[in-house]
Amino acid sequence: MSDVSFTPRAASVTTETALTRRIVIGVVMILIAVLLFAPLIAVFAEALRSGWAASLEGLASPDAQAAIRLTLIVAAIAVPLNAAFGIAAAWAITKFDFRGKALLITLIDLPFSVSPVVAGLALVMLFGTNSWLGAWLIAHDLKVVFAFPGIVLATMFVTFPFVARELIPVMMEQGRAEEEAALTLGASGWRTFFTVTLPNIRWALLYGVLLCNARAMGEFGAVAVISGKIRGETTTMPIMIEMLYNEYLSVAAFSLAAVLALLALLTLLLKSLLEWRYAGLLAATRRH
Amino acid sequence: MRAGILRSPSPLPGFGLSFGIMMAALSVVVLLPIMALVGRGVMIGPAELWEMVGTRRIRAALALSFRAALVASLFNLVFGLVLAWVLVRYRFWGRRLIDAAIDLPFALPTAVAGIALTALYAPNGALGQMLTPLGIKVAYTEFGIWLALIFIGLPFVVRTVQPVIEEIDREVEEASATLGASRAYTLRRVILPMLAPALLTGFALALARSVGEYGSVIFIAGNLPFKTEIAPLLIVIRLEEYNYDAATAIGLAMLLISFAMLLVINIIQIWSRRRIGDV
Repeated sequence: MSDVSFTPRAASVTTETALTRRIVIGVVMILIAVLLFAPLIAVFAEALRSGWAASLEGLASPDAQAAIRLTLIVAAIAVPLNAAFGIAAAWAITKFDFRGKALLITLIDLPFSVSPVVAGLALVMLFGTNSWLGAWLIAHDLKVVFAFPGIVLATMFVTFPFVARELIPVMMEQGRAEEEAALTLGASGWRTFFTVTLPNIRWALLYGVLLCNARAMGEFGAVAVISGKIRGETTTMPIMIEMLYNEYLSVAAFSLAAVLALLALLTLLLKSLLEWRYAGLLAATRRH
Repeated sequence: MRAGILRSPSPLPGFGLSFGIMMAALSVVVLLPIMALVGRGVMIGPAELWEMVGTRRIRAALALSFRAALVASLFNLVFGLVLAWVLVRYRFWGRRLIDAAIDLPFALPTAVAGIALTALYAPNGALGQMLTPLGIKVAYTEFGIWLALIFIGLPFVVRTVQPVIEEIDREVEEASATLGASRAYTLRRVILPMLAPALLTGFALALARSVGEYGSVIFIAGNLPFKTEIAPLLIVIRLEEYNYDAATAIGLAMLLISFAMLLVINIIQIWSRRRIGDV
């Protein structure tokens, strides 16, 4: 007996009829076009409404330049720090067995379910002028709230889980046999980490950093609360977009928004490439 | 430290260092600020907090935030399920593009999404122009809030359900069909129960995110007190008035909602692990 006698028709019991499929695909495409693609196109259409020159002029203004610079610097500090914390957290959680691990993972995930505005508010309560820590900071001429450190802290709060979330499932799956082998062969702890662990997790790490960076550069709610919105000083790109928009400077606002939208598209592209090329080395279940 | 916390010994080094770094960072960045907020609440006193949360404007804002998040997440529950099914099971032109685009709301900054949606659905916007003659107003109404929350919550259900659908063994569906079940019956009674835990997790994650969402909503909402003023916006308004007590009261109410959602998500995951094993 050969398999030739089986006809492909057998597959039809495990799928819907061709008509149903076509209708469902059609509805999905329309909804995706309206919900996802239309807003994206709108950003670029509004930015270029008065031509390229006007758009570029908006980006060249000192306020926009300062906002771009501030956003880049904040991300350059917050993202590597959170990457380091994420690696440390993943190492402790996946290579050791200790009490309270489940609670700890929940606490690391906490920023995902806390409103960014509440995150900003909490930071104001800790570092603001009417807390004892805030009073001490003022006395020592250190400003956190309405200043650069506050923006970095707010950004770190909302992006805290990204790297750890990506690394924990990957490192859990890899176990610790390879590290143990390296140590048995006489490698030091750091050498084991850099020559065994890091190469194993590099793509997952890059994936986490990518998402962390996208969120860091685009964070609005938490930064809006803590930055004080001092023009040219504590205005990151999203905050500047809000200010320009509220001043009816639509082209300038959308030009800045278009830069962030391009960054989002680049992030999606790199993310898709990583998923396609290194699917097996990323978190087993895809992130939510 | 090692002996006290570790359950079983590990030959690997660096527990103290990595655990220490993690706890220090988690404390400074996340836990201490939240404790400061809770501490402020304790200083104000529960009676006063309760009274402030009970004022009409705050109650209306909290109810709106929760209601709109619920509506948007229910929409995303259904649409996300269909979308995940279509992306895994059907082959059609543009599938990979749509699959990649699902994560756009994660990558696009919320403020950008907010002004883009407003530009589209304002009475003179590209889509608003088409809807206005039909008597449908989206921007500056609660519909606008729903729309923004649908946008930002879209990926959650898709991304939690998609891997589960990929793992479904088709033989189960064949068995169901062999036993005489119609396709609709198989989908309802065989497939849906398998997806239930992932669906609930995705729904809860989307809900948690939407309740606290700020950036994408405030531009399209119109922000009228009692009507289209969401709770996070009221926190910002109270802070700008230096009314820290009222801001704390709203913030704590929202924090309580977050903790409840987190608890629900954890319970769903424990329940699903018991039911169908580790997924």
